[in-house]
Formats: sequence, C-alpha cells, structure tokens
Amino acid sequence: MFKKTLAAAALSTLSLQGFAATEIEWWHAMGGALGETVNAMAEEFNASQNDYQITPVFKGSYEETMTAGISAFRAGEAPHIIQIFDAGAATIINARGAAVAVQDVMSDAGYNFDINDYISGVRYFYADENGKMVGMPFNSSTPVLYYNKEALAAAGVQPPATWEEFEDVAQALKDAGYIALSQSHTPWIFFENFHSRHNLQLADADNGFSGLPEKVMYDNDALAAHLTAVKEWKDNGYYGYYGRAWGDNQAAFEQGEVAMWLGSSGSFGGLKQSTDFDFGTTYLPYWESVYEDAGSTFIGGAALFTMAGHSDEEYEAVAAFFDYLTLPETQYFWHRETGYVPITNAAYELAKDDGYYDLNPDAEVGIKQLSLPGAEWTKGYRMGFYVQTREVIYNEMDRLMAGDTTVKKALRTIEKEGNANLKRFARTVQ
Amino acid sequence: MAKKVQFAHTWVPYVFIAPQLLIIGVFFFWPALQALYLSFMLEDPWGLSSTFVWFENYQTLFTSADYLSTTLFTLGYSFAVVVLSLGIALILAVKANAVLHGQKTYRLLLTWVYAVAPAVAGITAYFLFNRHIGVFYDAIVSTGWLFAPETSTFDATVLLILVSVWKQIPVNFVFFLAGLQSIPVTVREAAQMDCESPTRRFWTITFPLLAPTAFFLMVINITYAFFDTFGLIDTLTQGRPAGSTSTMVYKVYQDGFLGADLGLSSAQSVVLMILVMALVMVQFRFVERRIHY
Repeated sequence: MFKKTLAAAALSTLSLQGFAATEIEWWHAMGGALGETVNAMAEEFNASQNDYQITPVFKGSYEETMTAGISAFRAGEAPHIIQIFDAGAATIINARGAAVAVQDVMSDAGYNFDINDYISGVRYFYADENGKMVGMPFNSSTPVLYYNKEALAAAGVQPPATWEEFEDVAQALKDAGYIALSQSHTPWIFFENFHSRHNLQLADADNGFSGLPEKVMYDNDALAAHLTAVKEWKDNGYYGYYGRAWGDNQAAFEQGEVAMWLGSSGSFGGLKQSTDFDFGTTYLPYWESVYEDAGSTFIGGAALFTMAGHSDEEYEAVAAFFDYLTLPETQYFWHRETGYVPITNAAYELAKDDGYYDLNPDAEVGIKQLSLPGAEWTKGYRMGFYVQTREVIYNEMDRLMAGDTTVKKALRTIEKEGNANLKRFARTVQ
Repeated sequence: MAKKVQFAHTWVPYVFIAPQLLIIGVFFFWPALQALYLSFMLEDPWGLSSTFVWFENYQTLFTSADYLSTTLFTLGYSFAVVVLSLGIALILAVKANAVLHGQKTYRLLLTWVYAVAPAVAGITAYFLFNRHIGVFYDAIVSTGWLFAPETSTFDATVLLILVSVWKQIPVNFVFFLAGLQSIPVTVREAAQMDCESPTRRFWTITFPLLAPTAFFLMVINITYAFFDTFGLIDTLTQGRPAGSTSTMVYKVYQDGFLGADLGLSSAQSVVLMILVMALVMVQFRFVERRIHY
C-alpha cells in the first residue's frame, strides 16, 4: 500500500514537473505608478501562456537595484533579469561574464532578432563594441523643454528652439515676472546630451564604445561657452538654480515661479497631474553657432540585462518575455501609461496609426527628438565609474553657481577626476 | 592548610558565552576583516576579477581633497552635535527636575522625539524647511535670511545640525534626568546648607555627581553623530551642496553602494573604524580618569 502511494506520488511529481512553468525573476527599480504598470505587464505575460512564469520584484532606486543585483551575483543567486540605469551600464557591460547579451538570448531561443527594428536613438545605447545589443532598452526617455503656455503668452514670446533665441525670450519673461528657466539633471542635460545634440565627442575610444576609455573630453570650448552663458543667465535672473535635486527644480516650474523647465520626456504624466496651467513640450534647445543641424539626443532611463549563470530553459523564458515586451501592443501600452518612448519602430507606427499623437502631440516630442538624424557622436557613451564622475559634475556645478569656482577650473576638475575614475575602472575589469 | 578551589569543567563558561561570541564574530569581526581585505584590493563590483594593490586605495583617499574636506566636516559637525545636544539636554533636565507641578507632562513632551526614526526626522524636516511648502522656511525667510540649504553650504550645515541635535536631545535628557534623580537628597540638602548660590552648587556638587552619566552620553553621542545621522543626511541633504555635508559614513555609502567602488569604499570604512576606536580610547584614557563613580 505504502509503496503504491509512494509510486503514485513520484509519478504525480514527475508529471507535474513536466507541466510546471519555468519561473524567472525580474528585479526592477520602478516604484509607484510605474511599478503597477510593470506588474500589469508581468501578469499579462503570465496569463498569455502556460510555459513561463515571471515574477517582478521592486528593489528600490536604480542604485539600490544595481547593488542588490551585484550582491546577489556574488552570492550566486542573481535574478534572471535586472534593470540597470544608463550611468551603470558600463559597470555591467564591461564586466565580462556578468550579463548575457540580449541579442544572443533571443537568437538562441529561436526568435528573429533584428537590431534595426529598434528606433535609432535607443538602438546602440546598450550595445557592445561590435554593435551587439547587450541590454534590452526598457524605460527610455530623453531631455525635452517644457514651457508654461500662460507665462509665454503673458510675455508675448514663443518657446525658443535655440539658446541664441532663449536669451531674447528670457528677458521678456523676466519683464513679465518669471524666471525663464530651470533644469533638473545637470550631467544628463547640460553635459551628456549637450554633446549629443551638438555632435561632439565626449570620451576617447569612440565615447567608450570601442574599448575602455581613458579620457573624458568635457573641457572643450563649446561646453565652456555654454556653462559661462548659464552662469550669466543665473546672474541676470534668467536661470533659476535650486540645487541639484531633481524635484526642487521641477517644483519651481510647477509652482509657476519658473516659465520653462528642462526635464525628462518621461516627466510628462507627472506634470499633467501636478500643474494647474497649460503647458507645452518642445525639443531641447541647442546653440546654432556650435552645430546648425542639431541632432538626436541620448536616451536616459534604464535597460533590462540578462544575468549569467542560469539554465537554458530559464533563458528560453527570458527570451519569451523579451519577445512579449517588444510587441508593438506592449510597447504602446507602456508608452501610454508612463510617457517613456516606445522602443521599436513598429510600436511607434502603431501609436501614430491609433491617433494617439493627434490627441497628445506633446507625447511625441521625445520620440521625435530621438528619431532626428543621428551623427557620429549621437550613438551613446560608456564610461566606467560614471556615477562618481556625475557626482563630481554635480558638485562642481553647485560651486560654479555659488560663485566658488570658475568655468575653466570646474571643467578641469571634472576632467581630472573623470579621467582618474576611468583609469581606475579600467584596471578593475582587466 | 589552604584549600585550593579548582573548577574542573573549564569548558562550561565558554559554552555560556559562545552565542554572544558567535554573534560578535559573524556580525562584527567577519565584516571588519572583509573590509580590511577588500581595502587592499582593486576589484570589479561583480567579483569577477581582483588585483592586490597594497595601499593604493589609502593613497587615493589621502591625496583626495574631497576626502579631507569630508573628514573635517565630520569632525566639526560631530563636535557641534555632541556639545549642543548634551548642553541643551542638561539644561532641560535640570529645569524639568526642579518643576513641581505637571512634571510628568514636561518629561513626556521632552522625551517622545526619541521614538522618531532618523529617516523620518529627515523627511519631516525636509517638508518643514522646503522652500515651496515649508512652514519654518517661511518663518526663517521673514527674518530677512535668504535661507537656501540646497545651494548654500552654511545653511545646509545649520539645518543638518539643528535636526540632528533636536533628534538627540531626548536620549540625553532621559539619562541626565535619571542621573539627577539618583543624587541622594541628603547630599543636596547638605549642599544647600553650605552654599547659597544654586549655580555654584550645581558646578561643585551636582555636575561632578553627574559626570559618569555625562561621560557615557558623550561616547553614545559621538557614535550617534558619526553613524546614526546617516538616515538624516540621506533624506535631508544627501551631501548637498557640492558634497559639503557628506559625513565619512555617507561617503562610504556613496562610493560603495552608489558608485560600486568596493576597494575605495572599504578603505574608507577601515579609516573610519580606526578613527572611532582612537576617539573612544582617548576618551577612556583621558576623560574617564577624572570621573569618580
């Protein structure tokens, strides 16, 4: 009797195993409403088939998620998918053996992977030196200009397309009682994207794409001129500097103290809720004198990386999930819910055909800017220990705005510390 | 003939202290040794490759101007927090001890802040001193002081010290009050007969009898200022502006947890460990000598 039961039990476990779904874990940094959208997508994927089961786990901020992933990897308990942010991309892509390229995961599982399906602005940002996509772009945004329509109407001006125009607009806004501009992420907007928009190189080794870079190229005339202008704007009352925190600068715009704000295309949904005035969105301004054909900007945000050390069945599940994630319908849903750009051309077409941008023209600005013609230096950048270099940029900007340093000195410090970070990082991965 | 007392089962005491030793070993010695080991390595965060670099991490640290200013800030800030929170708590305790009516209410009101976690205190202060919605911000600005902790080092430091001190006063208050109440009534009465001036009585009789409490609190407060204020800094300034309100502990977190530079961050923990050990040793060696229990 006992033997029989045992045999039956063994059989049933066997059969269960045969039908059991492969379970995979996805660590992410999407809190609040974004987290709910992530959960909704995971649930839909799980309900759409019986072979795979994905569990999203919220791990805190971008940095906390990366640190959690690092500790788990060192302990041999890495999740299958982890979300890593732009400044941390170098940390995982350069560590040979930490991640498996998403392109390989997809091809090995038999999916058709064509990098050209992805919109040009996101295509190579998380790719390796051979142009192979390592991280799957997930939440992608880009810096855009938001403007308070009432404020601009009161001053009788149009939103500026170039920084040259901005200087005229700013005086009119000042006369109307507004501070013209604030922005929320100095390194991202005034350093990295400044170089992309003006097609300027920002690090050696092809911005870090063809090898480990050793030199940051921020100490250049174009950036120096820009920062000098920004400091002048601040002294003239055109530019409001509320410290480095994202929210403090955004709040000044929301409160109607500042008329225009440079933020993320992903800020759109939040602004809709937090403002009680009509606002519009337009491209990130550029200096006509530096580069007339101002081009595409970089993306910000994060990508999904597949971590090494799992079984083939589990990678199949990961591939199936990525396949679901890149479906035009999924991307369109994500785009609508969050304001992040759709990452594939097909999803962008779907949104257009659906008439989404007729109703919400502002929602298209980010993706249009990312689809502007790219040039040599608009592909992306990859720098080691870049989180620390950004910290130096933030600190030097604080000092510059407080009048404790000069543009020349600040840029020199940024280059010196940035170079030291690059060299240190290069030695850790060799 | 003298009888020699011998315990045969010498292993028994070790069994009793074993759990405690295990806890100390796992949660203190092991991580400390790990930090020491990592501080000599240059390692990629994933642990895929590491090189032994001798004292290079320490060299990087000691030649960095940022680290020097962080160290100086930590010392100055800790000194201010310790002196102010001990001083104010002592005054409050002496006054509360002298109150006859509603003593319990006073004590409760002065103690409850103790239950507020540092991170919560930081968030609360952030809202109170926020330029758009802060009640205290408006009050400060109305005095003509253009308070801007986001961009001014001085304002940010003042804010941080203010909140840290506010948060620490209750602990000190409770201990000082208990210390005051343990002074025998006979001693106080005798002092009253000999000396008329309450100030003099305080400094010659009460304060020396409080000294053990004060010494204990000083050690606790230094530890607080060095380590426990992490939650406050993380929610209130995050080292802003220009990294000028980063303490040494916060910098360990920034470089190690945010920047994933394990070697440099470990070297900083080791420096911090040595510094705190030295401080405590100095205290026990020079301050405790003058205290009579």
